[in-house]
Amino acid sequence: MSQQSSALQRFKNLKPGTTLVMLVVVLLWLMPTLGLLVTAFRTQTDSVTTGWWTAIFDPFHQHWTFSALQSVFNADWDLGTAFMSTVAISVPATILPITFAAFAAYGFTFLEFRGREVWFSMIIGLMVVPLQAAIVAILQMFVALDKWLMTIPGNEYGDFHLSGEYPAGWIVHSAFAMPLAVYILRNYMMTLPHALIEAARIDGASHFQIFWRLIIPMSVPALASFAIFQFLWVWNDYFIAFMFVGNHSVMTYKLLSMLGQHGEGWQIVMAGCLVSVLVPLTVFFSLQRYFVRGLTAGSVK
Amino acid sequence: MQDILVALLAVVLGPLATFGFYIVLNWLVNLLPAKAGKVLRPYVFIGPVLALVGGMLVYPTVQTVLFAFMNEDSTSWVGMRNFQKLFADPSFGSTVFNNVLWVAVVPIVTVIIGIAIATLTDKLGPVRERVFKSIIFMPMAISFVAASSIWRLNYQWDAGNTQIGMLNAIVKALGGTPVSWMQQEVFSLNSLLIMVVVIWSNAGFSMTLLSAAIKAVPEETIEAASIDGANGWQSFFKIVLPQIRVTAVSVFITVLISTMKIFDVIWGMTGGNFHTNVLGVDFFLEYFVYNNNGKASAVVVLLMIAIVPIMIYQIRTYRKQEELR
Repeated sequence: MSQQSSALQRFKNLKPGTTLVMLVVVLLWLMPTLGLLVTAFRTQTDSVTTGWWTAIFDPFHQHWTFSALQSVFNADWDLGTAFMSTVAISVPATILPITFAAFAAYGFTFLEFRGREVWFSMIIGLMVVPLQAAIVAILQMFVALDKWLMTIPGNEYGDFHLSGEYPAGWIVHSAFAMPLAVYILRNYMMTLPHALIEAARIDGASHFQIFWRLIIPMSVPALASFAIFQFLWVWNDYFIAFMFVGNHSVMTYKLLSMLGQHGEGWQIVMAGCLVSVLVPLTVFFSLQRYFVRGLTAGSVK
Repeated sequence: MQDILVALLAVVLGPLATFGFYIVLNWLVNLLPAKAGKVLRPYVFIGPVLALVGGMLVYPTVQTVLFAFMNEDSTSWVGMRNFQKLFADPSFGSTVFNNVLWVAVVPIVTVIIGIAIATLTDKLGPVRERVFKSIIFMPMAISFVAASSIWRLNYQWDAGNTQIGMLNAIVKALGGTPVSWMQQEVFSLNSLLIMVVVIWSNAGFSMTLLSAAIKAVPEETIEAASIDGANGWQSFFKIVLPQIRVTAVSVFITVLISTMKIFDVIWGMTGGNFHTNVLGVDFFLEYFVYNNNGKASAVVVLLMIAIVPIMIYQIRTYRKQEELR
């Protein structure tokens, strides 16, 4: 009898009810992504005539194929080039803002100066400014800059320009990331021991040396978590890439044009989606711990 | 190939140039007399960011406000005409209504789902908790463009007998008539279905933060409540909820801000058609399709007016936190 009740108790401790509820929720959450994964490997005929779930219930009577995945890389869609363009935007647009923000966060945390609170409040306030607010004027600024660049001898035809090129995207992404980046890094640096920095000052280290030798190595967790956050954001961005880097098609741009032609079968769109989510999902799953830590650190946002 | 070279070059040269820039700034300040140097030193660190933010955020935003009172190509002043035109257009009323609906539904539902999942997974063993949370969190890494593609397949409607969209297949299996979901304007059903996509994507964010908050609730407070005879629900509402309130509010605000300016997902799902338009999409249409700087800026100004109270709230919260430090 007692053995029986302890077995029951053990079963109860496993929380079968909660597990069941969560299983249903998780299945719901997973379903769309599962549809993506399955459809990307189906033939056109299969994907226009039957729902993707039929392939799961009857996996051995399907015409599984890599043809959709191959065709998104062919000359028509050329997702390979789009992939490279996305890398070319994302990597610098992640590294640059972090570098700038780290310097500023140091200044806001460890230097005493008049107006510090005012400047920092301004940065906090700017976190909520929608990017739409600045876009029209920035585009005009870049056009004006390009016109001015054309007055430089040798650049009469505007070969050297900013609009539509990668650096335009890097600058805009950096600017928009800045308030949150400075905020997160400063919050982290506030938790570092001030006594250590004061000791280094007394030993005659300059602020530059302290920043580079002490603060940066100690801030690696915060830097990493913001880097992941920013990388995912830039990689997944459509808006800024479309507006400022128009001379290069990024993957989100290609995906939208594929989506416009889904009449030719969803397998192409889903193959494109699969390629575009591979990098962010890999980054996400391999660095999830950092990412979560960063989110919780910036939660006061 | 060229793109890779550009990226590589930028990766190597970018940080080098940035550091060089800061070193030169620092060196210039070193040249100054000690007193002036002491005053200017902080600006070696924060100056470049202030310049970037000033030039790329503050100045353009002020410009945009001015553009809102100017004509299509920002060459002459037109007073309130852009706003009058907007409000005279009946479709703009539906745009504003949709924005309000988005703001009313998405943030609160995201927070509630986040709390629910965080509470449930907290009761489970560490392995189940980790796996479940990872799956809920995963859509956050998927772009809204990819998410719209995925969900459009789910909402797909086919004129024939077979339905390859999951939702319609379920409706059909239950004996209903499949419909084109993105065209269902009654009770804004199409907008609500697009909101599902955003909630699907944001729930992980909400869950992660709230889960951290729930784990930080001291065990003793819950035990004390159960000794006093509180049941599970009572201790949740009276003990846990008040202690995670601050986090819940900050999640709410974060989602609220991103919801107000929502663009990609609606652009991908309907392009703003079938009365699913919102301010973010309207801005895009006015600017890129109708080439009207004035009206586009006016739309943004309305968006900003809605965001200002949140901005003030943010700064106030920050000030309060600083006092507590």
